[in-house]
Amino acid sequence: MTVPLLRVDGLGGAFRRRDGGLTPVLHDVSFALQPGCITAVVGETGSGKSLTALTILGLQPSAFVRRSGRILFAGQDLLALPPSAMRAVRGRRISMVFQDARAALNPVFSVGAQLADVHRLQHGGSARAAWDAAVEALRRVRIPEAERRARQYPHEFSGGMAQRAMIAMAALVCTPALLILDEPTTGLDVTIQSDIMELIVELCRDRGLTACLITHDLGVVAESCEEVVVMNAGRVVETGTTEAIFTRPQQPYTRRLLAASRLDAAAA
Amino acid sequence: MALARMILQRLLWVLPVAFGVVTITFFAARVLGGDPTELYAPPEATDELRAQIRAQLGLADPLWKQYLAYLAALARFDFGTSFTTGESVGADLSARLPATLELGLVGLVIGILAGIPLGVLAAVNRERWPDFLVRGVTLSGMALPQFWIGLVLISIFFVQLRLLPGPVGRLPIGVAPPPPVTGFLLLDAAFAGDWVLWRMAAMQLVLPGVTLGLTTLATVARVTRAAMVEALQSDYIRTAIAMGHGRGMVWFRYGLRNALLPVVTLLGGVAGHIFGGAVLLESIFGWPGLGQYALQAIDHSDFAALQGFVLYASLLYVLAFLLVDILYLLIDPRMRA
Repeated sequence: MTVPLLRVDGLGGAFRRRDGGLTPVLHDVSFALQPGCITAVVGETGSGKSLTALTILGLQPSAFVRRSGRILFAGQDLLALPPSAMRAVRGRRISMVFQDARAALNPVFSVGAQLADVHRLQHGGSARAAWDAAVEALRRVRIPEAERRARQYPHEFSGGMAQRAMIAMAALVCTPALLILDEPTTGLDVTIQSDIMELIVELCRDRGLTACLITHDLGVVAESCEEVVVMNAGRVVETGTTEAIFTRPQQPYTRRLLAASRLDAAAA
Repeated sequence: MALARMILQRLLWVLPVAFGVVTITFFAARVLGGDPTELYAPPEATDELRAQIRAQLGLADPLWKQYLAYLAALARFDFGTSFTTGESVGADLSARLPATLELGLVGLVIGILAGIPLGVLAAVNRERWPDFLVRGVTLSGMALPQFWIGLVLISIFFVQLRLLPGPVGRLPIGVAPPPPVTGFLLLDAAFAGDWVLWRMAAMQLVLPGVTLGLTTLATVARVTRAAMVEALQSDYIRTAIAMGHGRGMVWFRYGLRNALLPVVTLLGGVAGHIFGGAVLLESIFGWPGLGQYALQAIDHSDFAALQGFVLYASLLYVLAFLLVDILYLLIDPRMRA
């Protein structure tokens, strides 16, 4: 096996309650992301998968207290980086797509302006060039009439279109080595979901991106991911290739998860 | 286009608002204000003399007749004549408005320029010492009465330290105002090229302006802090951070623009209030503005003056909120739909 691009190593932590006590939420979470692969982190709501993803970029809620572990990226422990160094990693080296794209985009700036802001931050250049790059990125994620849409505001976008714009911002305007996607298709119509997943897979293949897909949808995982990390109740239950996890699950929890998703699929 | 239509719509609303305000003040003043004849008639006056005075004051007719006459005059922009100054109320108000506006603008600018940064400072340092400090300032600014703050500032900076002039109005006693152009002393003195006079007028403005500014900045900072705290917890701020934006960009471009909406709403109310004349403040500082005029009108049951003032103040409110709505459109694209 090659050297992983990112390795979460023994991450553990808890939420500080209002009364000052701690509620443990992550226990010794360890997994690795292989370069050029799409790795899925699957689990139910509350399994700690999103929290782990946010912690990679230092975006965890302020109530989260980390108690152990390292996150190694290109030989550096991200958790030990000073804020200014962490800022240089965000967007430039590791970028992220969020769940509800309409809420994740700023309501008072046009979508194009937000992409252009990120372009100028990451690549410099004139405002004009940044705007052109923003429009081009929107075109690349197949948003029709990209020029007109760039001047529109998030509330004028559908959920699917907003997610395309978010992906354009995180993966095209930013040119990261690692893209984290936190439930990118949750809340979208089923047909839109598969369009968005197709787009994500295509972009990752084209650009040789390493991706970490946080999801509870095993159907999505089977179609698009190479590796799977199964999480439950703040612990990593099982890791393996997609094929191994789907055909030879070792842990009872993984089997239950798979059975539930098959029932889901059968019912649909 | 939507903007022009909205402005027109708002301006049309002025009519029913003015009608309602006029009607209410007209009757309220007469029911609650008592009979001004008593104030103008000598105590030994005969009934005939009293009737004569009443007729002179225009109070002899039945109430509904007085009311209709007042409305008819208003339609010609005639606000009536003040009992006390003997001048037309319209002219009185126009003469006093610049004093109130000049002081009000100074207070408002201080309140905005200091209040918004303080609110942001508190929000980005939530539950740390800058936050506690700002909260202390806003709490005292809101809890302490404005007149009390004014008196304390006078006693420190005028009585004790002698750094600033006393509360004798817009200019030191005995100093003639510049030739009136706008009515704003700072502008008129500048037009006249009289910088000594300009400096005197500015010094007179400092204490009342700061007093007004302190109470304004307290509410502005509090609302800014609350709106900013909410904005900073939003998904779009998390996105901005994830894309690598620095703190300045995240706070002032992505956060503050969203947090400004409630602040602008607040400012509409504050501005309406300030420009309607800060009655007590003007009294303390001897400021010849609308507030003092209103106080005098109440004191003397000066109906026309009182009604004129309330009408003026309510129109200023309507204008302030029109301005708020225009700012809304500029700040939030969702309002433009």
